[in-house]
Amino acid sequence: MKHVDEYRDGDLAKAIAATIAAEAVRPSYRFMEFCGGHTHAIARYGIEDLLPPSIRMIHGPGCPVCVLPIGRIDEAIALVKTHPEVTLCTYADLMRVPASKGQSLLRAKADGADIRMVYSTLDAIEIAKAEPNRHVVFMAIGFETTTPPTAMAVRMAEKLGLTNFSILCNHVLTPSAIGAILDTDADGVKLDGFVGPAHVSVVIGTDPYKPYAQKYQKPVVVTGFEPLDVLQAVLMLVRQVNQGRHQVENQYMRAVTSAGNVKAQKEVGALFELRESFEWRGLGSIPYSALKLRKEFERFDAERRFGVTPVSASDNPACECGIILRGLKRPADCRLFGTACTPDTPMGSCMVSSEGACAAHWTYGRFRQLEQAS
Amino acid sequence: MTLHKAVHRKLDIVNGRVDMSHGAGGRAMGQLIADIFHAALDNPLLRQANDQAAFDVPGGRMAMTTDGYVVWPLFFPGGDIGSLSVHGTINDLAMAGAKPLYLSASFIIEEGFPLADLERIARSMGEASRRAGVPVVTGDTKVVERGKADGVFISTAGVGLIPPGLNLSGDLARPGDVVLVSGTIGDHGVAVMSKRDNLEFETEILSDSAALHELTAAMVVAADGGLKLMRDPTRGGLAATLNEIAHQSKVGVRIKEAAIPIRPQVAAACELLGLDPLNVANEGKLVAVVEQGKAQAVLDTMKAHPLGGDAAIIGEIIADDHHFVQMVTVFGGGRMVDWLAGEQLPRIC
Repeated sequence: MKHVDEYRDGDLAKAIAATIAAEAVRPSYRFMEFCGGHTHAIARYGIEDLLPPSIRMIHGPGCPVCVLPIGRIDEAIALVKTHPEVTLCTYADLMRVPASKGQSLLRAKADGADIRMVYSTLDAIEIAKAEPNRHVVFMAIGFETTTPPTAMAVRMAEKLGLTNFSILCNHVLTPSAIGAILDTDADGVKLDGFVGPAHVSVVIGTDPYKPYAQKYQKPVVVTGFEPLDVLQAVLMLVRQVNQGRHQVENQYMRAVTSAGNVKAQKEVGALFELRESFEWRGLGSIPYSALKLRKEFERFDAERRFGVTPVSASDNPACECGIILRGLKRPADCRLFGTACTPDTPMGSCMVSSEGACAAHWTYGRFRQLEQAS
Repeated sequence: MTLHKAVHRKLDIVNGRVDMSHGAGGRAMGQLIADIFHAALDNPLLRQANDQAAFDVPGGRMAMTTDGYVVWPLFFPGGDIGSLSVHGTINDLAMAGAKPLYLSASFIIEEGFPLADLERIARSMGEASRRAGVPVVTGDTKVVERGKADGVFISTAGVGLIPPGLNLSGDLARPGDVVLVSGTIGDHGVAVMSKRDNLEFETEILSDSAALHELTAAMVVAADGGLKLMRDPTRGGLAATLNEIAHQSKVGVRIKEAAIPIRPQVAAACELLGLDPLNVANEGKLVAVVEQGKAQAVLDTMKAHPLGGDAAIIGEIIADDHHFVQMVTVFGGGRMVDWLAGEQLPRIC
């Protein structure tokens, strides 16, 4: 497959891995890949096997379903169950995220709630057009990458004059989360640098990371989701650490600019405004870390339209997703990992999406524990 | 560090409901079958958990199987629910090394279903069964009210004869055996997917739906007693089949990603849709486990057959108490190949 296979070349990988091994002279390097896409690539291609033991990759919180608090799922389930006219549309990953009391969107669907999986926001618009007697609520989640498609759907609904479409907005912001992790990092794992987001950076550019790199003196290398991208980013981070630099570097130049996609940013800015605070699963409440629709678009805001009351629900006390998301523990250190909590019976959100740290380790990497033991 | 065994959580029979993951070919479906059907119907043949049951009858050994078809859309590139329901049941018999003899077909039809479509499906079944030389000899027809089914569901059953002395079963793989696949993987799932209402994309990929009994008969001869088991990687794909083999035989499997045949178009479609081709369904492919010394002869025979031209050795059986399926990636690292959690593609067969 052209333009893909080139970035998965095993021989090139060996060459970069050899360079990393030669240059990683310090006893320890701790890098966080923020994005779930990188976590997935690392696990799926076995990238850890190509890194020297001194380099530890810590899987960050950049997996949309992993950081969505349980209460937001409870709210969505309550909304669709108390309003028979509502059809809830959502991306598939969210279906199995555990909510309170053993519930999930998948179970609510089996109970009879009208919940449908869609592949894009436009599918939700199509449903609203085709079924005027239903009120379609799109459960909007994700970082800066998925916000522009949500914005586009609202614009389309406006243009088409749809009165039966709204969104339950859970869009969150990457830089705020990076800041929150670094604020607590002093007594944490003490990160040496970040593998910066790929698709998120296509939208927001590399500039937003600069204040963090400077303030916290941590190097950031923005990189793509292909395995060679990740390896090269690790090499660039090793070099920055060795040279005492803390800059924002762009390995993903084929897709990312410093300013990002300005048109998308403007559109998002036109429709959305900051929430004063938003709860992140595992990270707690982070100020100005999420978006909601502006007042002039409130007719498309399911929260206002249906008077959704915030539900505060706590995770299973034994679940250590939060600590794992901040890099303080590895997935296998959690008592629930692989016993009560597996991808088929997830207790915590990190076990749900294949981008989650725990699911990625369970699905792709748990044989490594055996190798370490032997 | 040791690996803890996953807690077997019982189904919540009192309050639980069937959800879509219970039909997706993964662990959830395994649990549903074990806790409800195996518990209620338990017997030694069922317990073997093969795609068919093989049993002695006066004068020989027989295989029997049944399969339901709920694919959507009913017509897809390279096939339809009619031919699929013939091929799938023939293949379940063929995986035991049986020569398929007779099929039955049962139709559950939704009120309002166009007769033209029903005729098209029946003709396709007839053509598939004549081409395979396996007649449909009995049937049943039910019509349910609109909304109580989705177009048409078909259930087929089949019986076949197993050659004397042949015993193929999912629990017979041993360390050192070789794992073969009969051709490119993922074709069927991607072909069906390309016609979904909300996903339509342009592709030249056709479903691989085909009857494999002639290929398997040739393999049985070529293996000269060295064939351990065969299985068709339908729902859940190659990943599910390899995990089933690992668990039934209590072994590990190690495969090489670079050795797995896959069409570039299928790889591209999977890339675009975020799917792993190892989880995508096939309807005209098989996985075989063969003694090392006989693997080349079996491979040569497969390659000489029209339905095995792209056959390849993809890995080996290893000793592993955890029954893991491991893969060396094209990138040079290692990873596990697990059952898919939840569902990937609803109603592909």
